[in-house]
Amino acid sequence: MKDLIIRPERCLGCRSCEIACAVAHSKSKSLFSALGEQPAPKKRIYVDCSPNLEISIPITCRHCEDAPCVSVCPTKALSQDEVTSIVSHNPDRCVDCWTCSMVCPRFLPLYRLIRVIGCWTSSMAYNRGVISRQTDAGVKCDLCQGRDIPACVEACPTHALVFYELEEIPGTKLPETTSELTG
Amino acid sequence: MEQKENEKSMDSDSETMLKKVYEKSIDPASQTILLKAKQEGVETAWDRYEKQLPQCSFGQLGVCCRNCNMGPCRIDPFGEGAEKGICGATADIIVARNLLRTIAAGAAAHSDHARDAVLAFKKMSEGAAGSYAIKDEAKLLSLASEYGIPTEGKNREKVASELADALLLEFGKQTGSLLCTMRAPEPRLKLWTELGIVPRGIDREIVECMHRTHMGVDNNATHILLQGLRTGLSDGWGGSMIATDVQDILFGTPQPRMSTVNLGVLSRDKVNVIVHGHEPILSEMIVEAAEDSELLKLAQEKGAAGINVAGICCTGNETLMRHGTPIAGTFLQQELAVITGAVEAMVVDVQCVMPSLGELSGCYHTKFISTSPKADFPNTVRMEFHEEKAYETAKEIIRVAVENFPFRNPEKVNIPREKQECMVGFSAEAILNALGGSPDPLIEAIKSGAVWGVGAVVGCNNVKIKHNYGHVNLVKELIKNNVLVVTTGCNAIACAEAGLLVPEASELAGEGLKAVCKALGIPPVLHMGSCVDISRILVLSSVLANRLGMDISDLPVAGAAPEWMSEKAVSIGAYVVSSGVFTVLGTVPPVLGSQAVTALLTRDLNNVVGASFAVEPDPFKAAALMLEHIDGKRKSLGLNSDR
Repeated sequence: MKDLIIRPERCLGCRSCEIACAVAHSKSKSLFSALGEQPAPKKRIYVDCSPNLEISIPITCRHCEDAPCVSVCPTKALSQDEVTSIVSHNPDRCVDCWTCSMVCPRFLPLYRLIRVIGCWTSSMAYNRGVISRQTDAGVKCDLCQGRDIPACVEACPTHALVFYELEEIPGTKLPETTSELTG
Repeated sequence: MEQKENEKSMDSDSETMLKKVYEKSIDPASQTILLKAKQEGVETAWDRYEKQLPQCSFGQLGVCCRNCNMGPCRIDPFGEGAEKGICGATADIIVARNLLRTIAAGAAAHSDHARDAVLAFKKMSEGAAGSYAIKDEAKLLSLASEYGIPTEGKNREKVASELADALLLEFGKQTGSLLCTMRAPEPRLKLWTELGIVPRGIDREIVECMHRTHMGVDNNATHILLQGLRTGLSDGWGGSMIATDVQDILFGTPQPRMSTVNLGVLSRDKVNVIVHGHEPILSEMIVEAAEDSELLKLAQEKGAAGINVAGICCTGNETLMRHGTPIAGTFLQQELAVITGAVEAMVVDVQCVMPSLGELSGCYHTKFISTSPKADFPNTVRMEFHEEKAYETAKEIIRVAVENFPFRNPEKVNIPREKQECMVGFSAEAILNALGGSPDPLIEAIKSGAVWGVGAVVGCNNVKIKHNYGHVNLVKELIKNNVLVVTTGCNAIACAEAGLLVPEASELAGEGLKAVCKALGIPPVLHMGSCVDISRILVLSSVLANRLGMDISDLPVAGAAPEWMSEKAVSIGAYVVSSGVFTVLGTVPPVLGSQAVTALLTRDLNNVVGASFAVEPDPFKAAALMLEHIDGKRKSLGLNSDR
């Protein structure tokens, strides 16, 4: 299956993905016409910055059915609504173990980057921040149904967002087991 | 079987290629060369446009500010993110400031061009630029009297010298207002005075724009935009008008003449020299040097049948208007000209010259020669041009071109067939002459409805609109509805390529306009010159308004820039609307990020200067907007307004 892969090392923080996302989820689908729409179109992707890593990261959650992040969460900080499949994050239960990011194809490259840099303190705060924001807004990334390529991917001038079969990108194949990752 | 399949797939490949090419331009000559570009794997502006897609939304909306280094800041147009920049600037302020800087850049380009023309004029008058002379003495004297310079008992060089000094003063003027504004109809000048937008020194308005948009200066969108109007006026009724006047004195005021346009004007057996850019100061000399017997002899020795000069963009329009030098193409045809493989030298001065020409010329034998002390490019042969040695430099340039002729590779040459006749040279003076010396016949024709109104259609090419599609269809639609069209710049070249600049094109006009054109022997679309020559349109509309004792905004006149792209076009838009002419833009300016600025430009300006902007990329709908506007003006004048 194709998914949207985030390559944080390429993100320049221009926020083009955010606007493209909002326009793709507007009534008119056109930037100039979407401006006046009520209610204003909502974006499903957020560019956050990680001061510790000194990078910006576009973050977006698909709230997949049977979300793997939810099933691997050892403290049940992540939970999923059975009806809407919206994933929620409870910061009080989160111990910042990062297991969720290891199983999410979108965040795997970020996880690997962080592992390379050796900075463990930044991360999940942003990841889960976005998840909660999307939860509040009641919107989730739908991979732009009806389009060949998600609007954010198309809009990204540096290809920090790509849309590929997971196997096509080196380093994005999900590990079979957790030990494979940590080992 | 396999072979058949291969052929089949090749067919469908070339079919897609053809289809893609047809989508880019309506002009068959350009299509031919675009196909050649594809086959040769050479990149053009259209390819680079595709690589830029989708373009940055913040940029398109004008809500990105880089004016100080706390930023860059940008405003979230959908209200979820930042609503203000770090300094507190809202989208309204940021959009207005960006627009003002754009106008300043456009006005600077036109006005700095004018300065160079005046400086050349000054050097000529002092005998320091022997290649130049006074070609239109009547215009010299009339301008001298306008500037209050006594002429009695002085030789013409002395008059020219004093006039040049007076003109130069307009640039650095610290008190009073620009003299050319006196040419505007009285009610218009009165309105500008009341609004406080009569332009002062030409340079001053541009400097003030930069000051106002510096961090923490002018932060009221309306207040900022009024300075935009004033700066635009300093271009239209200042820099551009002075450029036109001085160039007419130096090189002659254009008179109707015939010429040819499009890539087909390139010669198979002669040395092809293209002059591209905006100033006539150099191209006039190139045209002259191409007739130099010594160089013609050299050309013959090199196996060429002669030397063929052709223009692109406005430097081309300048020599076209005054000498009938053919034009090879519009802005978007500059690369295509090189790709024909038949251009020995692409000689450029300033403005609208793509830096891509450097690398592109390297794919062919073309020498890319840059001449302006202000404008260098990658991979050029630098041949800096100074007025003192104008003709010598021009000769050297032609010599380089001629010596390059043997390196033309016949296998790489493809010159399209398309070569279209056109009638050009309609300066305001020439139009009044054609009317028998007075604007009355035109006024009568407008009153009777034979000529429904006048459309001023100008501007560039823009890859966002199919090449020449906007220009040609808008103009055709106007003349079909009996609107006489005056044109400059790349619109004029586009119309010429489409065959609209010949008297026979009146067949495409409505009955009324057709009869008028036939009686006068003129085309329904009048080529008034380069983009600085839009000042000629201002002068002509003032003549009409003055004759009727009204303001320009009362006339059944509308403007359009169907394929505009440059900052100069924004400055032009500012002065055309400030002069009272409703103007339709074919591409969206980066202002939609501010509702306040958008409303001001498209609606509220009507209550301020009696005209406003509209944006309409579809040329047919744009023509409908212009016609509707003209209908309204006719109605207010008590004329028949029922088409």
